[in-house]
Amino acid sequence: MTGKPLVSIVSAGLARFGRREGIYGRELFAEAAKEAFERCPELDPKKDIENLIVGHMGESYEHQGHTGPTVCDWAGLLPIPSVRTESACASSGTALRLGILSILSGMYDIAMVGGVEKMTSRTTPEVTEFLAMASDFPFEQWHGITFPGLYALMATVHMHKYGTTEEQMAMVAVKNHHNGALNPKAHMQREVTLEKAMSSRVIAWPLKLYDCSLITDGASCIIMTKPELAKRFTDTPVHITGSGHASDAIGLYEREEFTTVSAAKLAGREAYKMAGIDHHKLDVAEVHDCFTIAEIIAYEDLGFCKPGEGGTLVENGLTTIEGKIPVNTSGGLKSKGHPVGATGTAQAYEIYLQLTEQAEKRQVDGAEIGLTHNVGGSGATATVHIYRRE
Amino acid sequence: MAEAHPFTIESFYKYVSEGKLMAAKCSRCGTLHLPPRSMCTECFSTDFEWVESGKIGKLLTYTVIHVSPVQFQSMVPYAVGILRLQDGLNLPGMIRGVKPEEIKVGMELKVDFDRTLPSQWPVWPRYFFRPP
Repeated sequence: MTGKPLVSIVSAGLARFGRREGIYGRELFAEAAKEAFERCPELDPKKDIENLIVGHMGESYEHQGHTGPTVCDWAGLLPIPSVRTESACASSGTALRLGILSILSGMYDIAMVGGVEKMTSRTTPEVTEFLAMASDFPFEQWHGITFPGLYALMATVHMHKYGTTEEQMAMVAVKNHHNGALNPKAHMQREVTLEKAMSSRVIAWPLKLYDCSLITDGASCIIMTKPELAKRFTDTPVHITGSGHASDAIGLYEREEFTTVSAAKLAGREAYKMAGIDHHKLDVAEVHDCFTIAEIIAYEDLGFCKPGEGGTLVENGLTTIEGKIPVNTSGGLKSKGHPVGATGTAQAYEIYLQLTEQAEKRQVDGAEIGLTHNVGGSGATATVHIYRRE
Repeated sequence: MAEAHPFTIESFYKYVSEGKLMAAKCSRCGTLHLPPRSMCTECFSTDFEWVESGKIGKLLTYTVIHVSPVQFQSMVPYAVGILRLQDGLNLPGMIRGVKPEEIKVGMELKVDFDRTLPSQWPVWPRYFFRPP
């Protein structure tokens, strides 16, 4: 029941997340690439890497589009083919998916996939507006509905239908900040008390400041090969054994239910099936906690608990590093930060560290199988990937 | 006549400027589309007729927005929600004329129209929800 490898990760890199003043997105990407190159001395980047796919959500942040060749150049990889993927906050989750397909196609043996976003040079209202572009313009943005607003609309129904509480949502923040305090590359490396989270200012009721992920600068990448080549580069490859990807209506209002992200459920089902496992086999997961309610919904969509029981799962401590299914050991989007285009492959980076026992203070003992769950917008895109160690 | 309008989002907002909430009904499979679509996404037909939707609905969910995009900053805090209309269609929009603390899931609201804006992309007249 271990699943056949689709591809193997031989290295990974992550530029420190945070407010990185005076540094452009392409420079952040070079920082992530440098780490990935140094982790894998057997790899000659210029000779070996054949394809680059990079997730990037918005050209508005830096007035810079055409991200593929821009970061390809700064990573020293010209003239290999390079392309940007844009799927809102799942931009690099889809880059990861397409990277896998590029190797499975037989056209490439070795590919780099990653993501980048430089967000903090803009004001909060500007970022709020740019992020909202990933929602429906004529019916959501036009009526003043923001991104926190969309997840707040989901939270209101979750509370009404299942009795989920604002305290339970705040507990997701407390847990993820605890983990982020252990991550030297996290944006906000400090603990938050339940009282502080609960008393923070309202962004979109019932979501408060500490229910929201951070506006962050960052970049991330992984290097993947055909499984049979992995051992040429490392003794400890991490295999991707399942990949799922699905779409849904762009407008939240067009969906049957607001308490679940259907695309994530479908992507999860596809990935579990491909990997030949169910959620019981997982040792660690990075899920898309763009808002605390999103992590609670992710537990339910991925089968960690029944619909409506996500709040209880976090309340009972089952998703802490020592818990039954540790979730967001990196600190998640909540504490590590959410440079939107970089998030999908930053999740893969954390799972790579966990499965190669390099997660230091936040290491899950004996972690063998991991999962990443990356959601774009209010759920119109979702990718789920499953990983296992050698 | 209504049939003169193509089945587009722009037409939907032209009707809004006339105080009408119009959906597109597929002539082949009968599916109602709001917003209207240029092709039925159930059966791929391009034959539609306009039907006027009832304006009363039930509030499925809501939020009160305190941090807004630039162009809405003068309005905060403001409430938005998703209304389930009597014919089963969902519509998102702003809720006016109710104190935020008095808004409840399941309450009845009516679609009304603010016709102060012209109706050409990217500026449309806005509909909104208020107590009946």
